[in-house]
Amino acid sequence: MSAFSAVYWKEVRENLRDRRTLVSALVTGPLLGPIIFIMLMNVMTNRELAKVDRNIDVPVIGAELAPNLMAALKGAGIDADAGMPDPENAVREQRADVVVRIAPDYAKAWNKGQSVQVELIYDSSRRDASTPVARVRSVVESYGRREGAMRLIARGLSPTTAWPVQVADRDQATSQSRSALMFSFLPYFFTLTVFLGGMYLAIDLTAGERERQSLEPLFVNPVARWKILAGKLAAICTFSLVSLFLTIAAFMTAPWFIPTEKLGIALDLGLRFGAQVALLMLPLILLLAALQSLVSALAKSYREAQTYLSILMMIPIVPSVLLSVVPVRAEPWMYAVPLLGQNLGIVQLLRGDGVPAWQIGTCLAGGFAAALLATLGAAMLYRSERLAISA
Amino acid sequence: MIEVRDLHKAFGAVRAVNGVNFTARDGEITGLLGPNGAGKTTTLRMLYTLMRPDAGQVLVDGMDAYQDALAVRRRLGVLPDARGLYKRLTAAENIDYFGRLHGMSSDLLARRREVLIDALEMRDIADRRTEGFSQGQRVKTAIARALIHDPRNVLLDEPTNGLDVMATRAMRRFMRQLRDEGRCVLFSSHIMQEVAALCDRIVVIAQGRVVADETPAALLAQTGQATLEDAFVTIIGTDEGLAA
Repeated sequence: MSAFSAVYWKEVRENLRDRRTLVSALVTGPLLGPIIFIMLMNVMTNRELAKVDRNIDVPVIGAELAPNLMAALKGAGIDADAGMPDPENAVREQRADVVVRIAPDYAKAWNKGQSVQVELIYDSSRRDASTPVARVRSVVESYGRREGAMRLIARGLSPTTAWPVQVADRDQATSQSRSALMFSFLPYFFTLTVFLGGMYLAIDLTAGERERQSLEPLFVNPVARWKILAGKLAAICTFSLVSLFLTIAAFMTAPWFIPTEKLGIALDLGLRFGAQVALLMLPLILLLAALQSLVSALAKSYREAQTYLSILMMIPIVPSVLLSVVPVRAEPWMYAVPLLGQNLGIVQLLRGDGVPAWQIGTCLAGGFAAALLATLGAAMLYRSERLAISA
Repeated sequence: MIEVRDLHKAFGAVRAVNGVNFTARDGEITGLLGPNGAGKTTTLRMLYTLMRPDAGQVLVDGMDAYQDALAVRRRLGVLPDARGLYKRLTAAENIDYFGRLHGMSSDLLARRREVLIDALEMRDIADRRTEGFSQGQRVKTAIARALIHDPRNVLLDEPTNGLDVMATRAMRRFMRQLRDEGRCVLFSSHIMQEVAALCDRIVVIAQGRVVADETPAALLAQTGQATLEDAFVTIIGTDEGLAA
């Protein structure tokens, strides 16, 4: 048996006997993402749906001045509540999502045929209030247009004279691309799983082995150190690959648990999607395994390695956050950047746009080039005299 | 046979090994005696190719330890100062791992493992996971895995460190057996009794230098002392860092 496979099988066997590694690679790592995802989606959907369908109570100041408007609101499922003396504070203190204030001279102006003012008091930075605000606004505006049209007809004019330009929405978003918008953080979960799947192994096989003083006897064997490193990397990659497959499988079941039809979105996470995600993630598996080993080899102890790695874990978040805050147009070079390329590719898959072969190729080439560099770095550290000396 | 010629190693300003020369012959037990911090472990680490000497040469069976590191390691069985085991593997699995790294066939590996398990009297612990092993059980396992490939030369860094009386006696018996099989046995110690009881030849190291390299009888004659203990103290000039 070659030294490579001796190291590989020993590490796999030893770590299969370690409960913490197993739980992290096979349970928490792969399932954390899908479970958070499904819970989040359900909470969001239910809240949004509740606000759209349900009757809501909105405080109205001066309701008695505009009985017809109140009737229109009521018809749209918005019940007028008693007004309050200080609506601005009520909104700020979150006692009300939105308050309607009708100007005191509403009736007088209305009767003269003048423009009247209806104030909506709300806080646009409160995202949960945006649905009721939009509902009230649309009812008030359509009521205004309807009354305006009536006035024109009463004067013998066509309502179209007042609105020479009509905006017609032709939204090109497919139900799938709408869902991609909501799922832009999904690529991060895949990366995180790969990271967690190999993390304990990477620490254990380098910093741990050194701390337990078994690295020195290991290096006394007649085996080149790069072969030992190769066996260890292969073991780390195996664990993170299994994690990745498990998490993809778990995500494929997600559409059963999310009421996608109520959201008007389509979520296609079938076999084809899973296979393409796995392909895109392949270079990251080696890259992260090598980076983790490299960082662990730099650390003086198991705990130090853990600290460094939890900082390293933050890096994969960067492209996800960046892309959701600053929506950028994908340039060809971006696919060659590890993490960013995977992120773009997976979001494209979610949108149902597909990823052309050249993008997959660029993604793999860039990723594997970075992985190679990290592997060489780890190999350099493995050659150092200092690494073996535990005490 | 191990030949050490004018070995030097410094860590920053500290000259840990500063011109060490000696020869350890086949069929002899050579003891490397010195107080704690004399440079014994650093010398051994250079012998088993883990550290590169700043100057000097190590020859194992005539092969240079740096030109031919892998071939030299094949001819060495090493119990390093660090003797960590894999605690989620059994003692036998720990031994097998090193055998596979030596590229041994599974037949040969199994035969050789059984021989060592009997010789080291560790039959009762062979199939237990090494987590929770006593110091003696750990050393036995570490020695078995170091000798799995039947090396001609055996390097042991403080082999009886932390062992109780029974285990120490068993270890000494085993080292004599290795010598009687014609191997070159080199071990380090800071315990005068042990070196006196075992060695055919004694190399005394102090402050990174060899201060004596003799048979026990010659050491007594050279110093004019009645016991080896007194002879060591005379040679080193102090008994600090040594144990009776």
